[in-house]
Amino acid sequence: MVKFPEKIPDSLARLLVVFLALVAAGAFVVLVVIPRPMKDVRLQWADDIKREQAKPVRYAGFHVCVECHGEIYEMKKKGYHRDLSCETCHGPAKAHTEDPDKVKPVIPAQRAFCPLCHAYNPSRPRGFPQINPVVHNPLKACASCHNPHDPKPPTTPKDCSACHGEIARTKAVSHHVMLACTTCHEVPRQHKISPRSVKPSKPQTREFCGKCHAKDARDKMAKDAPRVDLSEHGEKYVCWQCHYPHSPEVEN
Amino acid sequence: MNGRRTFLKGLFAFLFSGGLIEGMLNILPAGALAREAPDKGKWYGYGVSVDKCIGCGRCMDACKTENDVPREPFFFRTWVERYILRKHGATTVKTIDPAAEAPPEADFDKSILRSFFVPKLCNQCANPPCVQVCPVGATFQTDDGVVLVNVKTCIGCRYCIQACPYGARYLHPVTRTADKCTFCYHRISKGLLPACVEVCPTQARVFGDLNAQASPMSRFQRMNKIHVLKPALNTEPKVYYAGLDGEVR
Repeated sequence: MVKFPEKIPDSLARLLVVFLALVAAGAFVVLVVIPRPMKDVRLQWADDIKREQAKPVRYAGFHVCVECHGEIYEMKKKGYHRDLSCETCHGPAKAHTEDPDKVKPVIPAQRAFCPLCHAYNPSRPRGFPQINPVVHNPLKACASCHNPHDPKPPTTPKDCSACHGEIARTKAVSHHVMLACTTCHEVPRQHKISPRSVKPSKPQTREFCGKCHAKDARDKMAKDAPRVDLSEHGEKYVCWQCHYPHSPEVEN
Repeated sequence: MNGRRTFLKGLFAFLFSGGLIEGMLNILPAGALAREAPDKGKWYGYGVSVDKCIGCGRCMDACKTENDVPREPFFFRTWVERYILRKHGATTVKTIDPAAEAPPEADFDKSILRSFFVPKLCNQCANPPCVQVCPVGATFQTDDGVVLVNVKTCIGCRYCIQACPYGARYLHPVTRTADKCTFCYHRISKGLLPACVEVCPTQARVFGDLNAQASPMSRFQRMNKIHVLKPALNTEPKVYYAGLDGEVR
């Protein structure tokens, strides 16, 4: 029987030793020398989560301010800004909560600030209170008329707009701004007492809108109203099935 | 030896050694790519009511303050897009810049059907493409479903920025690593809300635990018809949209 090593040429055996030594060295480096956090991503991730959690907080959160500023909070709670966090306008206040005397949050008194939300922008949802900053009391600070902690519209909403504010504000910027609600709707007295059981009427005929918008309309208010020929325009539909009367969309 | 046997031997040796190296280096542990909501513990989600967004940009500003995002108007962890839908299917999308005055052009442009704002941020996908492509395992998903970037191991190769179908990542110009929304991980792990949710004046943004029986987030999901962005990609986003227009991508 031939011994196993004798089958291998001497040169190859020596090469094998070198090769095995390299493999052993490699395994040693990989398994022992390289520290585990460099090989195991799970350790790296756990490390990163700790780093992420240790980052500093800048915004203190809505429930902190009330501890000292209860009075303002009570006022704000009842107004239209009740859902706003204090830091929406006053900026990050974590530093202020830690050292109230040294660090003061900003009071955005400049006129450019409120229009960030309240400037007219056609992409904003309909009915969101908006003004044109160019013509709305120019150069006057917002806070001289409106208390930002309890903002009120210039007039208290009453009659229809008390409940239908969104429609009222939409109509206020439309071509129909001069029309009273009762021009088109008949409102039974009972509607104010039980709004859902008794509802106001809607115009049911084409001729109703035609009083202003028909070719031969003679209504005084309808001097510049766009005219259509009722016999040809939109045959079988009532006008408001295509046009939204609170903000009518028409070609000029 | 015949050729087939040599070939098979070599093939198996190759496959085995490959598995060995992979197993030794342990680049991505099993189950790291896609996750499902755990039975116990937090599983964070985010809701956006498109109808409520007024495009004031307070969220973008708060995010930059809270997370030290560079101020230049092309680095964002969250941003708000303004969609303008015109007749004949033409749509313009532009990220708003609250600092610049937006001209109310829609007043005069009669070709505009509708326009609205859509807040966007990292979708924190349960099946995140960015995690799949990272060559060094620097981006990963936590147990509560937030995708994070490990700045210590990120090599800044930008592969994840390319892979994200939502464009939610950018290369941080100072650290030279990929950066993205973390749901304000440092805040939510202390029980606070993400900064953008905190400052949103119209509650267009909602955040909470999807596993909780009662949270603003589970109520948001229950009460609204929910959409996600690009559902066909199977990324399973955890940012849910209510009132989303079909044009929004």
